[in-house]
Amino acid sequence: MTEMTDRSASTATSGGPVIDARDLRIWYGTDRGPVKAVDGVSFTLRKGEILGLVGESGCGKSTLGRGLLGLLPEGAKMDGQLRFNGEDLLALPKKQMFAKRGAELGMIFQEPLTRLNPLMRISEHFEETLKAHEKRIGKAEIERRSMEVLRLMGIPPTRFRSYPHEFSGGMRQRLMIALSLVLRPSFVVADEPTTALDVLVEAQIIRILHDLRREFDTSLLLITHNLGIIAEACDRVAVMYAGEVVEIGDARDVFAEPQHPYTRELLRSTISLASTGLNFIPGAPPDLVDPPPGCHFHPRCPDAMNVCATTHPIQREMKNGSRTQCWAADLRNGYAQDLTPEQTTPLSREEISVADEA
Amino acid sequence: MQTKPEPAVVGDDLIEMSELEVHYELRGGTLSRLLGVGAGTVKAVDGVNVTLRRGEVLGVVGESGSGKTTLGRALLGLAKSTRGTITYRKPRAGGEHPEQVVSKMSARELRELRTDLQMVFQDPHAALNPSMSIETAVGHPLKIHGIASGEELRKRVAAALERVGLSPAEQFMRKYPSDLSGGQKQRAVIARAIILDPEVLVADEPVSMLDASVRAKILQLMLDLKADLGLTYVYITHDLATAKFFCDRIAIMYLGRIVEIGPTDEIFADPKHPYTKALLKAIPEPDPHKVVPRDLPRGEIPDAASPPLGCSFHPRCPEAVAECGWESRDLRNLLEEHWTRQDPSVYESEQGLVGDLGVLDKPQKRVTIGKGADSARVRQLLDRARAENPSEPLWRGVDEVRETEDGVEVVFHKGYDPLLRPSGGVEVACVLYPEPVTPEPARPEDDRHGS
Amino acid sequence: MLTGLISPFRRTSGMARWILVSGLFITGVFIAFALFAPWIAPYDFNQQTVDGVKFDKMAPPDGDHWFGTNDQFYDVLSRVIWGARTAVEVVALSVMFSVVIGVPLGLLSGFVGGWVDRVLVFLMDSLYAMPSLLLAIVFSFLLRGPLGGGIIAAALSLTAIYIPQYYRVVRNTTVSAREATYVEAARAIGAKNGTIMGRYLFGNVIQSVPVIGTLNAADAIGTLAALGFLGLGIQPNEASEWGYDLSRALDDAAAGIWWTTVFPGMAIVLLVTGLTLVGEGLNETVNPALRKRRLRPVQLPPHEPSTYLAEKDDTRFAVGDRETVEKRDER
Repeated sequence: MTEMTDRSASTATSGGPVIDARDLRIWYGTDRGPVKAVDGVSFTLRKGEILGLVGESGCGKSTLGRGLLGLLPEGAKMDGQLRFNGEDLLALPKKQMFAKRGAELGMIFQEPLTRLNPLMRISEHFEETLKAHEKRIGKAEIERRSMEVLRLMGIPPTRFRSYPHEFSGGMRQRLMIALSLVLRPSFVVADEPTTALDVLVEAQIIRILHDLRREFDTSLLLITHNLGIIAEACDRVAVMYAGEVVEIGDARDVFAEPQHPYTRELLRSTISLASTGLNFIPGAPPDLVDPPPGCHFHPRCPDAMNVCATTHPIQREMKNGSRTQCWAADLRNGYAQDLTPEQTTPLSREEISVADEA
Repeated sequence: MQTKPEPAVVGDDLIEMSELEVHYELRGGTLSRLLGVGAGTVKAVDGVNVTLRRGEVLGVVGESGSGKTTLGRALLGLAKSTRGTITYRKPRAGGEHPEQVVSKMSARELRELRTDLQMVFQDPHAALNPSMSIETAVGHPLKIHGIASGEELRKRVAAALERVGLSPAEQFMRKYPSDLSGGQKQRAVIARAIILDPEVLVADEPVSMLDASVRAKILQLMLDLKADLGLTYVYITHDLATAKFFCDRIAIMYLGRIVEIGPTDEIFADPKHPYTKALLKAIPEPDPHKVVPRDLPRGEIPDAASPPLGCSFHPRCPEAVAECGWESRDLRNLLEEHWTRQDPSVYESEQGLVGDLGVLDKPQKRVTIGKGADSARVRQLLDRARAENPSEPLWRGVDEVRETEDGVEVVFHKGYDPLLRPSGGVEVACVLYPEPVTPEPARPEDDRHGS
Repeated sequence: MLTGLISPFRRTSGMARWILVSGLFITGVFIAFALFAPWIAPYDFNQQTVDGVKFDKMAPPDGDHWFGTNDQFYDVLSRVIWGARTAVEVVALSVMFSVVIGVPLGLLSGFVGGWVDRVLVFLMDSLYAMPSLLLAIVFSFLLRGPLGGGIIAAALSLTAIYIPQYYRVVRNTTVSAREATYVEAARAIGAKNGTIMGRYLFGNVIQSVPVIGTLNAADAIGTLAALGFLGLGIQPNEASEWGYDLSRALDDAAAGIWWTTVFPGMAIVLLVTGLTLVGEGLNETVNPALRKRRLRPVQLPPHEPSTYLAEKDDTRFAVGDRETVEKRDER
């Protein structure tokens, strides 16, 4: 983990970011109005970096992950700016985006069995994937490249011609990772890759993901609801709430000193071996059709002030490079000094009942 | 809902499981059925002895495939035990505890038993009938057992809903499961479980499908209910972190057996079984200063239809010794693992040397590989694999590697299947913690393959 | 209850809704004919005289007989309208009978399993394998003795054809629903098998029954007409039946007398079409595989001035100043 220490310093010089997203919005329509699944998200991802994306279910993290690869739900609209190695992905024609997917942009899904064709051998899966992007590739080359990536995933070469059902759950997930990496994409989205797995197998997969950059130079967006996984595998972490990134920064900084109350409460509510009490966040994430005014978190926030209920906080960068959007954090850090005493009075509101819980 | 009077003392034995076995016959393919050959037996629960004490929270911890869910279902008579007994001592006023043997009950008696033993399921979305309103669903146990009807039923449903935090109850009674969030559904499931005023609640991963922010709320609710209603819990989970917080005693299960059991504090302070240690190490902690653990057990939980010889955990165990029950299938894994580190050309030549790995699939204590090949070269291959990773535990279990006319014979050390034995404040089933008095093991290593 | 009936309609959109609406309209007209035949039809179905004067034989359509008369001196319009009553009665009865028999059998077979299931599956598959018209013919022969040639006999001979369809669908959904956690949960609260089948499985396995019902009804119209055409269905003295009228009118068609064939034929085609449309429309709404979520086009409003940081900004302050921030919240 030592390579993380000077990451921010070293990468600043090594060219631009792999992913540069600014003010991304992904909305999709329903009868009740547009769902603002992703609403003004900005972040960058450098080469070989692992960014963890964390949040409760229904906060838009999966939509964001898929949106980055151009996989939008039907009827969805996306805007903002999304640069991949300097190229504007949103301006790209559909066909070119399709060609990029798999080759340069990869995806690892939660449930591997549903993504593998039960009637095709593993070798055939690799052949199909490679041929789709490199038409003139030869048989020997296919075998060489697939075996190489399988080996890195710890799958014995003796299993190359087996069928998916002959593998255990953890092996299948490794297969999926191998399949998404065989074309050596420079950016991969992993959406809850370990949720269906057991603890020990989960740990194996986390290790594989953590070691990806060593072999592949891949930048990874790791979507999970498990803060433990973020802490172990990620360099940076982005916390999502109600379609917005409320805090983003170096994983160690964010965990040691969470700036946003949501991050803090999420950490506190995680039951770990070190837990001595049960903590939880009252209420539920808001309906993304009509999120609360001001800061979307204010109805559940223990630190909420009057200003939080009326005015959306501004994203601000801290000295250590973390970024957050919270009025309370601003006051703590010496910003927003022009708020009136009335605005900074703690918000009085009714107790949140279980009736509104997630 | 009122707290029932305390007829029995907290700490009394409530349910005793003795040599409990739940085996399933596998139905094989068409061919094996025609030939009359069974495809084998899955030993979901394989000889479990554990006593549930009144008022405690017993954690049953294990990976999927460990048999923990089957154990919970067997307690309620939902899974039929094939051997052994489950004895339920129903607490009665006056201190009498008539014994009831769950495993011998008729269907009618089992239904009756379920007024005392209830279950909370892992997936709250699936545990509620989608076409039944919350009022009907939660009140159904009362109706089924003919305990209440009409206005009385309604009142008790409302009370149960309020009790689990679904208030105002009127607002929830008319709703259908699809109108509720995950946490609310789980509360409704709990309400249905407590409405009969049971003694024991078997909770099968009650929070694992819920968001982290809701988990603590449901666990808190369960703790409150336990205190208020005098419940006893069996908490089935794969998550040692919640078990540490929630349980008084913990039983760690692996492949149908308990490998370690003891008070929670002891287990966490001094985990004895290598499997327990591995589980503890594998939990991803929200602490970025903790490095990714690298010395974790390899592989996955094996197929319960053909468990490893000796200790079931030995193929994955980093601390395994000679007596753990090494066998031919372990050699196959070793060779395959070896090849993942080799260049493709090396792999191809070595694979040709060893030939079909299928000969290793049948569990054997001595096995000959490389039939028809140059035995000296086969031997060199094994030596290379050994030199590559000399600390590999398998080599501790290899007594002899001999060149024969047929090929190279590998002879494994005699092993045994460890029993659960007291060690310190806990009981553990591991060859590293032998019985101090009688060193002779009670179970031979191929015990599970006998029948 | 009413909202339950409307809900599939509300869930539809576009093509599915159009199919459902037109199907319901056509079917509704025929059901109205059936219900109000005595008031709508100018004459009785077996009426040959009015005020003692006999109708003309095979008269072309005119003011007195809009659809003309046929070779038995009957008024064709009245025969068509009364025929709707016969068709609706027979079909409603046969669908009802097959649902009442097929659904519980399927539920039982799927839930109990074992040899009960195997025997029933074998029986039903044998029935299903037979050509349906042949089966109907056999049954109408068998039933003619005890029940005569009336509506009940016709309905029962159709019932036999359709039972296997309900049985198969319900059995298969039961087999998969039996493994659901909520069924285990029902056991855990002490429910008896009967309760589990009735309260937990029934409501979840009959969802596709209305679709099969309407599609079967369409098919039954055709089969009933075929039986009548062959002279095996409802006897002419019992009720008016389109198939029978068609078979009688076949010879007239060659002689240029078109009205005796066209109108009953049209009635059959229209009612079959109407019911099929209802069935397909329902299928689109009930069957999740075909149902598409209703999507509304989204218009993204223009971006507000970005509140994203300027990285070179020394003050580490946001670009969006307080003014723009406050504007954000006025919307």
